[in-house]
Amino acid sequence: MSSSSAINAYQPKTRVGRVTNFVDSRVGGSGMVKEFGRKIFPDHWTFMFGEVALYSFVILLISGTFLTFFFDPSMAETHYEGSYLPLRGVEMSVAYASSLDISFDVRGGLFMRQVHHWSALLFVAANAVHMLRVFFTGAFRRPRELNWVVGTSLLIMGLAAGFTGYSLPDDLLSGNGLRIIDGVVKSIPVVGTYISFFLFGGEFPGTAIIGRLYVLHILLIPAVILLLIGIHLFMVVIHKHTQYPGPGRTNTNVVGYPVGPVYAAKAGGFFFIVFGIIAAISAAFTINPIWNYGPYDPSPVSAGTQPDWYIGWVDGALRLMPGTLGPNFDFEFNIPFPWGVNTLSLNVLFPALVPAGIVFTLMLAWPWIESWVTKDKREHHLLDRPRNAPTRTGVGVAGVVFYCTMWAAASSDLIATHFLVSLNDVTYWLRILVVVGPIIGFMIARRVALALQRKDREIALHGRETGRIVRLPHGEFIEVHEPVDDYKRYQLVSFESPEAYAPVADANGHVSRSEKLRSRASRFFFEDRVAPVTPSELHASHAGHHGEIADAQDRESIASH
Amino acid sequence: MADNSHGSPDTSVTVATPGQGGVDTFTNPGLPPHRPRLADTDPRAEKRAERQVALLFFISVLGTLLFFFAYFFIPLNDTIERLRMQNLALGLGTAFAMLGIGVGIVHWAKTLMPDHELTEERHAVTDEKDRAEAEQIVGTILDESGIKRRPLIRNTLIGAALLAPLPAIAIFRDLGPLPGNSLKHTFWDAGMRLTRDPSGTPIKASDVTVGSAFHVIPEGLNEAENKLEEKAKAVVLLMRLDPESLNPSEGREDWGYDGIVAYSKICTHVGCPVALYEQQTHHLLCPCHQSTFDLEQECKVIFGPAARPLPQLPIDVDDEGYLIATSDFQEPVGPSFWERG
Repeated sequence: MSSSSAINAYQPKTRVGRVTNFVDSRVGGSGMVKEFGRKIFPDHWTFMFGEVALYSFVILLISGTFLTFFFDPSMAETHYEGSYLPLRGVEMSVAYASSLDISFDVRGGLFMRQVHHWSALLFVAANAVHMLRVFFTGAFRRPRELNWVVGTSLLIMGLAAGFTGYSLPDDLLSGNGLRIIDGVVKSIPVVGTYISFFLFGGEFPGTAIIGRLYVLHILLIPAVILLLIGIHLFMVVIHKHTQYPGPGRTNTNVVGYPVGPVYAAKAGGFFFIVFGIIAAISAAFTINPIWNYGPYDPSPVSAGTQPDWYIGWVDGALRLMPGTLGPNFDFEFNIPFPWGVNTLSLNVLFPALVPAGIVFTLMLAWPWIESWVTKDKREHHLLDRPRNAPTRTGVGVAGVVFYCTMWAAASSDLIATHFLVSLNDVTYWLRILVVVGPIIGFMIARRVALALQRKDREIALHGRETGRIVRLPHGEFIEVHEPVDDYKRYQLVSFESPEAYAPVADANGHVSRSEKLRSRASRFFFEDRVAPVTPSELHASHAGHHGEIADAQDRESIASH
Repeated sequence: MADNSHGSPDTSVTVATPGQGGVDTFTNPGLPPHRPRLADTDPRAEKRAERQVALLFFISVLGTLLFFFAYFFIPLNDTIERLRMQNLALGLGTAFAMLGIGVGIVHWAKTLMPDHELTEERHAVTDEKDRAEAEQIVGTILDESGIKRRPLIRNTLIGAALLAPLPAIAIFRDLGPLPGNSLKHTFWDAGMRLTRDPSGTPIKASDVTVGSAFHVIPEGLNEAENKLEEKAKAVVLLMRLDPESLNPSEGREDWGYDGIVAYSKICTHVGCPVALYEQQTHHLLCPCHQSTFDLEQECKVIFGPAARPLPQLPIDVDDEGYLIATSDFQEPVGPSFWERG
């Protein structure tokens, strides 16, 4: 199909054209520029969290690569000879010694360590907040369910990356963290002891674990994260970004700025801003001062130790679980089998697996749970304002309360010492809160969402309260309401409010049990719904509502008073 | 506040009635009119914005210079203060270098680049016709391969494919030795002296006054081959109480010596060192998860997530008055495991 005339048909006239011609005629690429160069991206500040996560990951790769040039993941014994005087001559692992060297003897090494640690904290935080945004706005709905699953996997991989990295310096703090992991692994029935021995290359702590975690941390986990990020962004391109509802926005269009130049400039500039902020934090705030902790030794431990924030909730769950109930019952069961007695340690296994299991299972399943209840299988490209999906918002808040209670429990000792209250009481209260809190959180959040919806209705119908009280000629007092314009009103009324439905019989006239359950769930979701204002309601309110200023003429006559 | 869920449609504050979502909805008024920015209308504002962007880029240059200054001209001198100073300067230099560029570009985009919102239509992710075709193609591929018609091939392939990855799991077997009995024994043995952690000097019974506590390791541990692994099981807390306040159970009356008792320091929860001794209440507290053990009840759990008492090390004194163990622990120390029994 090609001929010399076809190649020469396009004659570039500008320098850009010549470059384009060179690239495109060899490897293609003009198609991509055509596709992406002016692609529209909706703009909203809440869409920024995913970007923060992406950029902090890039910063993690940059700073992490620097650190690998100096870090030695060996657990061989050595005596520290670096420039930090208090530890000179102390016996420690090579890994810890090289971490100290990075901090004290490599110029900029401490800065890079702090950049790496701070951006790791930010990476997981941005991931989590991004997922909250996606959840509360319903962005996980069809066609984006699978991308929600990819995002959840990214969060889990982020936790894994964080924990494996946290352990590498082989200091006292991270060593005790590993010890806790070892204790949890050993509580797994049947295979736990074997997993522990294979993981640590024998008895804890052994001399293998740091090297193994290192390979996971710098090779396997980042590779998986990169792959998932690739899939994640690919799907964003396929689906196009969601947008908030509003005037001019529909389920079938995208309103926003073109990639080139505005969006690219904002997003690209934002990378430097994220980097700059992380650099500023790393300049001014010490994180993980490993030289204060000393090398790992199984005997000492410092009081008030805290894991990195994202592991806190699991540690908190471990703290909240009572080991015993009363003087005669404990959660460690010795089960007699024909071959002997085996031990099941539910006081460890339960809190380590169940809360995280509940949270992640519900997260992964939620898109399908919701579409099953609502029978809504349509594509959604318009987001919900959180208030317009009160039950979902309530469920999300319940999850946040559940998570945060466990997170707070990881600091139960610090809460007790800072507020001068009994440690035991703090734990008792948090035990109650972890069960009751999500329920209360659900109810309050749902009620607040419904109340906000009602407020929206009032504003859409009667306009904004101006605070101006006017006395009419016949003595009546009214407050002047200023009607909202069409654009503002559309923002307040353009949402869907599904209704609870009765169970539907199948072809045989039989109402299946799952259909009954679904109808009950639907009632739970939508019974208290608030519907959007309709034009006829608006009309009716303007025509006949007492105490309102009925028409423009009246309004003007009052305004002139 | 009006009740919006049970009202009638005749009052203006009610919920919608069925069907209301259909025809009776507001029409989309379209994008609000574009509001020009100052820089769009005022050439001076435009010029000003241009200078601001350039200034921000210049700040970035200064930041980079600050980094180089800190790197080459703030020498480290073995003090934390100097290190902190260098770290601060390096960090602030980087921060200004990055923020200057970032804020500059965003300011440029927001003030000088066009801010007209554009609209683009969405398209279906795929064509449904393609889907049918894809289904057909896959069907053809399956048919041509004959995998459905030849169950013998299919089943043997499934069998082989299930089996083939197993070596990839088995090959990890040498990651570590089998546990064997190693978790059930510690470094302690009959007659072994109790020594201070970490110095390894032996402890006389007379050194242990009422109310005091010692962190203890077995004699010779510091010279042991697998020092850390042995230490992770063998560390012990030694305390002296009023003998009256101890309540030893049957068979354990002679495990202490004149009010001196020794307990494993490894928490029975997940293995943290139970490092805190509350002298007044005679409680041991684990700082990791706050399990609390009562010395007066043979270290029974009285609070927190641990389920099992701390194991006690039976001790006595030798002829020279030094404390010795009379045996190893009588049960496995540390966190529970399946084979513990």
